[in-house]
Amino acid sequence: MTAKAIQWLDDRLGLSAIRELMDHKTVPVHSATRWYYFGGITLFLFGIQMVTGILLLFYYRPTVAEGFDSVRFIMTRVEFGWLIRSIHSWSANLLIFVAFVHMFSVVLTHAYRPPRELTWASGIVLLGLMLGFGFSGYLLPWNQISYFATKVGTDVAAGTPGIGPSIARILRGGEDVGAPTLTRFFALHVMVLPLITVGLIAFHILLVQKNGMSTPPWIAASRVRHLKFFPNFLLREVMVWYGALAVLGVLAAIFPWELGEKADPFASAPKGIRPEWYFLAQFYTLKLIPSHVWIFEGELLGVAGFGVLAVGWALLPVWGVNRAGEARTRLVTGVAIVLIAYLAAFTLLGYIK
Amino acid sequence: MRLVAIGALLVPALLLAQPAKDSCVECHSVMDGPIQKPALLIKNDIHTANGLSCADCHGGDRTSDDPSVAMSKAKGFVGKPKRAAIPQLCANCHGSADFMRRYQPRQRIDQFELYKTSVHGKRLAAGDENVATCIDCHSVHDIRGVKDALSPVHPLRLPETCGRCHSDAHKMAKYGIPTDQLEHYRTSVHWAALKKGDLSAPTCASCHGNHGAKPPEVESVAAVCGSCHVLFAQLYEKSVHQPIFSAASGGGGCIVCHSNHGIQDPTTAMLVGPKAVCANCHEPGTPGAKTAAQMAQWLDGLDAALKRSSAVLTEADEDGMEVSEAQVRLGDGNENLIKARLAMHTFQPEEMHKPIEAGMAIANETLRAGQTALHEKDVRRLGLAISGFFIAITVVAIWLAIRRLEANGSGYIEPVK
Amino acid sequence: MLASIASFLYPVLKFLNPPLITEAAVNEVVAGKVQDLKPNSGKIIKFGNKPALLVRVSDTEWKAFSAVCTHLNCTVQYRDSTEQIWCACHNGTYDLNGKVVSGPPPNPLTEYAVNVRGDEVIISRRA
Repeated sequence: MTAKAIQWLDDRLGLSAIRELMDHKTVPVHSATRWYYFGGITLFLFGIQMVTGILLLFYYRPTVAEGFDSVRFIMTRVEFGWLIRSIHSWSANLLIFVAFVHMFSVVLTHAYRPPRELTWASGIVLLGLMLGFGFSGYLLPWNQISYFATKVGTDVAAGTPGIGPSIARILRGGEDVGAPTLTRFFALHVMVLPLITVGLIAFHILLVQKNGMSTPPWIAASRVRHLKFFPNFLLREVMVWYGALAVLGVLAAIFPWELGEKADPFASAPKGIRPEWYFLAQFYTLKLIPSHVWIFEGELLGVAGFGVLAVGWALLPVWGVNRAGEARTRLVTGVAIVLIAYLAAFTLLGYIK
Repeated sequence: MRLVAIGALLVPALLLAQPAKDSCVECHSVMDGPIQKPALLIKNDIHTANGLSCADCHGGDRTSDDPSVAMSKAKGFVGKPKRAAIPQLCANCHGSADFMRRYQPRQRIDQFELYKTSVHGKRLAAGDENVATCIDCHSVHDIRGVKDALSPVHPLRLPETCGRCHSDAHKMAKYGIPTDQLEHYRTSVHWAALKKGDLSAPTCASCHGNHGAKPPEVESVAAVCGSCHVLFAQLYEKSVHQPIFSAASGGGGCIVCHSNHGIQDPTTAMLVGPKAVCANCHEPGTPGAKTAAQMAQWLDGLDAALKRSSAVLTEADEDGMEVSEAQVRLGDGNENLIKARLAMHTFQPEEMHKPIEAGMAIANETLRAGQTALHEKDVRRLGLAISGFFIAITVVAIWLAIRRLEANGSGYIEPVK
Repeated sequence: MLASIASFLYPVLKFLNPPLITEAAVNEVVAGKVQDLKPNSGKIIKFGNKPALLVRVSDTEWKAFSAVCTHLNCTVQYRDSTEQIWCACHNGTYDLNGKVVSGPPPNPLTEYAVNVRGDEVIISRRA
């Protein structure tokens, strides 16, 4: 009976191709294998975000009048609402952290080398999208801190040379952060960004399937043992996912995400206003840059610098690889270590100061 | 005939349409020194706004440009009225129902009659020209409506207006009355309420009267306070303290405990402790002092219990628990505290104990509700533990499955040699 | 494995179950049935976490106010003998427009809108 049903499906869907893929997909086993898990964790957390995000949509209302109250309603009146919202918030933060780990593991194992340039580029775009999710989602509870953080954030965007003011206007839906901003950020957060992200994730994973797992250049690929992805690697991955879920549960139950005070556009900005931790390094850097450097405005220079840095980073497969298609391991590892040190130090400084 | 009728109608209309000539203002406004001032001030005067002019008080003819005509005795010019004559001068209009009806039909016309009963009025009649007349409070030449925020008798300005004389030790010296009223009043709950915008809060005139200003007598103190603090006055009137306090020197009634001008927010420190007013009469250790201490203990106890409940409920609410029912109930508890403070004015512990008891019951009930809610929050952690337990089991199960699966090395593909 | 999945699904299903109070902010509350309140009488009802006073002025005329006295937050009540709203704590009185008539209250009572839907009386916050 079961066999018959499988046969029926196979005839129509071509299950055997999938089975073949599952059979043939393998994971290289070596000293850096553990880093392969982080892509999977990122994917899993994104799944958690989708599920909890959709659940929150059942109650959330994206208006200035009701946004805050509806989140409070979720937290206080809806059964397990506190859990769902806390998981959504914690998972978002964990997701960005894990995505960063994933990215730097790729850099340090030099997996960006041909033929994986597009995998790298799509990954960078995905990271940008994740930051976009974080930025837009932060405003939605419409509390005092998120309101002012968004004000500061969009001000930075407005500092971009030339097109800045227009970008800020489009983001805010007006001259200042207000009701139109909330609607816009909501649309971005639940429709625009997810659509793009899902498509890009599919592309990213497809490329991973196509090109297989990369082995670090210092390990001879032909001499490495491989582990079958299904079921052996997948089972291990599921174990890690369960672990991540447990961490999320603990965080959500013991440190429920705060709701804060309802945003009051006419109040003066609360003290110690700062963005989410993943923007802290940039935030702190911009604060450190003097207001005028030579003939340029300091903030403008900072924003432009970040732009150049981001583009340069996305072009890693271009400058990080020599003509023979081999990774310039020393250069790239050096740059990566400097970058990690910078991000860690400035995030910490931004947090303390 | 018809033309004449129309003409008769038109003439006064034309006269009204043109601004009336006022030679007083015309000349005086270009003069120098104190003689110019009234002409400049008069444009803000409510009387000017109602079509009256200098000549209506000072006499004379405002239509003449010749000073000798305009300010001639023949035209009734009186110059600067004598201080003693001012109340009567104002009353000429303000005491006339017929006249006032044309401008302010609802305004009282007995100000002068009241003034005559006031300490100010009596002394003026006795020849003391230092006392306040109409213009000392209402100002002169720029007299504004009493509801005008810039009027010196507007509630927010009145204390200062009275204080101009009554805080002046030099001026008050010969009357032998204190000059610290304004200073005290500025510290009082009444002034605090007024400053917050509650214009119904009392100023000097609310207790002393305005035109009939005089200090309330001992018998009328409770009545004066009771005009706002109705229930307190009712309880006090029936209390054992009423006859005793009424016999007290230096004003009786409410002010024996609460003072008069610098009335503070009452606390239990009035009942017990170093600043206790009860201790002024009830020696420590006497039954009266013990009762006062008991009352303070009740009030403080209920207050603390309610605050505790409120804190627990707030904590539960912020943690996302549903406690609105208990929060509404807590409002009743606070009401009982207020009622207990009211009942204190019977000076009967048994009267006071009823709301205290009811309030304590509510405080305990809401505290339990809050604690139950907080306890339920802990149940969440239990749920987490359960889910964590299952997660742990599953992780172990998967690990075991992997071990079994790969026991014979299956799953690994060796590199091609 | 199944138990762990059940422990994930349980909160999700519970989450989807509509809560007892279905509105995020309490802007509206059913105050009772028309026939439960006689003309010239009032009653206290719970409106969010604060009390409200519903008054049936006449057969067809209804009024509703925040029942929190603006003086010291006592709960006010309707007095049929004077057709006024009265606070027992310090004898504050308000008229049926919520305005202070006498006593210590510094501010008027917040008025709510009353609608009769069928035989149900509904109080709502005014926009």
